[in-house]
Amino acid sequence: MSESSRNDTAEQAEFRQYCREWLAENKPSDPPVRLPQSALEIMTEPQLEYLQAWQKSAYEAGLVGCDYPKEVGGGGRKDCQRVANAEMIAARTPFLPNVIGLGMAAPTVFYHARDELKQRLLPRLFSGEDIWCQGFSEPGAGSDLASVQTFAERKGDKWLINGHKVWTSLAHFAEWMIILLRTDKSHKYDGLSYFVVPIRSALGKGVTVRPLIKITGETGFNEVIFEDLEVDDSYRLDELGKGWQVAMTTLLHERGAGELQSPRSGGMRSKSSHQISTSTLIDLARNTRRGEGVAADDPLLRDKIMEQMIYEKGFEQNQRRNRVQALTDHPMRLALQNKLLASENAQQISELAMEIAGAGSSLYLSDENAPAGGQWPLSYMNSFGMTIAAGTSEVQRNILGERVLGMPKSK
Amino acid sequence: MKQPNDFSFGEEASLLKDSARKFFAEHLPVESLHRLVAADHNPDRAPEVLWRADLWQQMVELGWTMLAVPERSGGLGMPLVAVAGLVEELGRAAFPCPLLGTLNVSYILAAAGEGADAALQEIIAGKAAALAMTNRHGDWELEHTELRYKAGKLNGSAWFVQDAAKVDYLLAVAQTDSGYGLYWVAADSEGVTLTQDAIVDLTRDQAHISFDNVAAQEISGKALSALTQAFPAIWTLLAADIVGAAEWQLQTTVEYVSTRQQFDRPLGFFQAVKHPLVNVMLKTDQAKSLVYNAACAYDCEPAAAAKYAHMALASASDLAGFASSRSVQYHGGIGFTWECFVHLYFKRQKHSQALWGDASWHRARMAEIVFA
Ligand SMILES: Cc1cc2nc3c(=O)[nH]c(=O)nc-3n(C[C@H](O)[C@H](O)[C@H](O)COP(=O)(O)OP(=O)(O)OC[C@H]3O[C@@H](n4cnc5c(N)ncnc54)[C@H](O)[C@@H]3O)c2cc1C
Repeated sequence: MSESSRNDTAEQAEFRQYCREWLAENKPSDPPVRLPQSALEIMTEPQLEYLQAWQKSAYEAGLVGCDYPKEVGGGGRKDCQRVANAEMIAARTPFLPNVIGLGMAAPTVFYHARDELKQRLLPRLFSGEDIWCQGFSEPGAGSDLASVQTFAERKGDKWLINGHKVWTSLAHFAEWMIILLRTDKSHKYDGLSYFVVPIRSALGKGVTVRPLIKITGETGFNEVIFEDLEVDDSYRLDELGKGWQVAMTTLLHERGAGELQSPRSGGMRSKSSHQISTSTLIDLARNTRRGEGVAADDPLLRDKIMEQMIYEKGFEQNQRRNRVQALTDHPMRLALQNKLLASENAQQISELAMEIAGAGSSLYLSDENAPAGGQWPLSYMNSFGMTIAAGTSEVQRNILGERVLGMPKSK
Repeated sequence: MKQPNDFSFGEEASLLKDSARKFFAEHLPVESLHRLVAADHNPDRAPEVLWRADLWQQMVELGWTMLAVPERSGGLGMPLVAVAGLVEELGRAAFPCPLLGTLNVSYILAAAGEGADAALQEIIAGKAAALAMTNRHGDWELEHTELRYKAGKLNGSAWFVQDAAKVDYLLAVAQTDSGYGLYWVAADSEGVTLTQDAIVDLTRDQAHISFDNVAAQEISGKALSALTQAFPAIWTLLAADIVGAAEWQLQTTVEYVSTRQQFDRPLGFFQAVKHPLVNVMLKTDQAKSLVYNAACAYDCEPAAAAKYAHMALASASDLAGFASSRSVQYHGGIGFTWECFVHLYFKRQKHSQALWGDASWHRARMAEIVFA
């Protein structure tokens, strides 16, 4: 990690020490079931329960939501989530299951909801007791998000929602959804409003969640149909017609470019989990036979692996430099590269791993001879989830070209 | 010898290619293929062998399995360019069957001398075969087999055997006291244990096979010369399969981005989508031309066959990765689902990409020839 404890503030240093001690005592034992590679592919209750228990204990110990104010269930610290994240990852913890909640819903609710709603929703979001999902995409509105058609019709101080959301990760476990809705059909952007809606309690009563199957064979995302679901106006975030602006808060955080660092843990290495990084790539190269030696001796592969290490390091150091104002000219230039670089890094590493594994990369999860238990072809396939979801790589490049470099807008 | 300008791709070859295309399109269009091989999406599923043995029987009756058996042995002895045309269509249909394996084995047998005649007769009789030679590390060098032959018995194991569960015979490459030999073994012989691999590709099956004192018929004690002669054909045919599949990926993706609209435009309007798809086309065309060049060399310029086959498969192997990644990416969310047919080809191509040596491996072998 680039995280250096040398530069810690007094608060961060003390907190780091605390995290280390707590993690040494309380890191959970290996899961009883095979875990997916990320929260977006949680398929079963036992997987969810194990991960929810971990998130709850990390939250109760103060490692999740630490930079949010105490009034909304946070830790009231300053710039300490980074510290907790680094320590959790170094301690090789499991990942946090409520990713959409922590990464996207929490900052959006925090910046745009009424106080009362924040106080009600955020503590259970941080603890992982309420899983959240994000209802943005629709069959006709993907990259062109502002063309969402799911409609909310005003009925006094209630709203009646009708429409169809798709690719909704974690909707099958979610209590709550952040949702972008059309409240006015005559304006593309200004006709959008942003709500939070309770979906689990409305299952069968206006909300239908249907699982979709991924290219990997896993489940994890869904389509969600709304038929006359009634929600209270108090669930609206910010003003009517300001949905697009609120959605920008969500998207900025989703792409790792927001104000609030999202809680992140991970790094657990057991039979049932897998890290996509150049260090696991190097392990693979060392352990894969090539002719008389191993793949790590092959000069071509060495060159490719070094190239990937440099890419990964460059990405990591971008994040470090992004916090040094004197070395950044444009406030969003590096932050807006995060999502693109992270997803393409994962894709390139997994692709290279398959190249290293060679014929072994044909073997999948239930094959006992598969290198790394078949996790590499799985992560290669799942990497397309990353380069497609949350704004595709093409859309990210459009954003960088237009917002950062100021080139003419394509559309 | 010089190659004719038209690759010798004559009328017969053309008819064969057309009829293959019709056969696959009629009998197993992609919707039916998906129902056949992708009914179970569970990533932890146990391996299954999903194919249409009845269609395979029809292919046998059409004579496709004896195309590569020389005329002198009673086969059809078609030139490799013609066979490559058929296999290109096989790839376009992502058709599950042991045709490639059977053709591969035929080329080795045809190069193995008289001892191979009985085995070739079995192929003429409609039996399917697979090549059992690769070691557990997936090493593609021709002499890195783990099998041993001594006193009439085969011992050891063979890995990454393609479509093993669909065949009647195995052609085993084994080390002997004096070199390497080729052995003809019925797949259900005593001492042969086949373990299905759980693989990503849904259109093939794969196995590792252990041989425990298996009585085997020796075809030749000089395996390496037969393998060296036949492998350019094997590489060329895999490249042809990849090219056919890439053409499907290209056409399907182009069709999708020409109809799906975002920002009030078809996706193909955007150059970030349009240009890489044109690159898929450029790479597909180069690989396809290299395939027919390699095939024609096998038929009429044997001295250059190996070099050109390395070119064809190196180029096709890279194409397999690129075309697959672009096909999923430009389908967006729908391309990330199990219900979209794109994943069948993605998985077949990723499997082919590493089979019989990846692009770097072929370029390295090619360099040995060029710099010799
Ligand atoms: C694993 C996964 C999880 C997801 N989870 C969620 C979720 O929880 N909630 C949610 O709301 N959504 C979710 N999504 C949806 C995701 O945000 C959309 O898939 C994404 O925005 C792309 O939209 P689309 O699928 O409609 O593709 P399209 O917009 O149709 O794009 C198809 C292709 O065209 C390209 N393209 C489109 N417009 C342009 C342009 N202007 N210039 C250049 N190229 C362009 C795209 O880059 C892409 O390659 C998820 C998707 C995936 C794959």
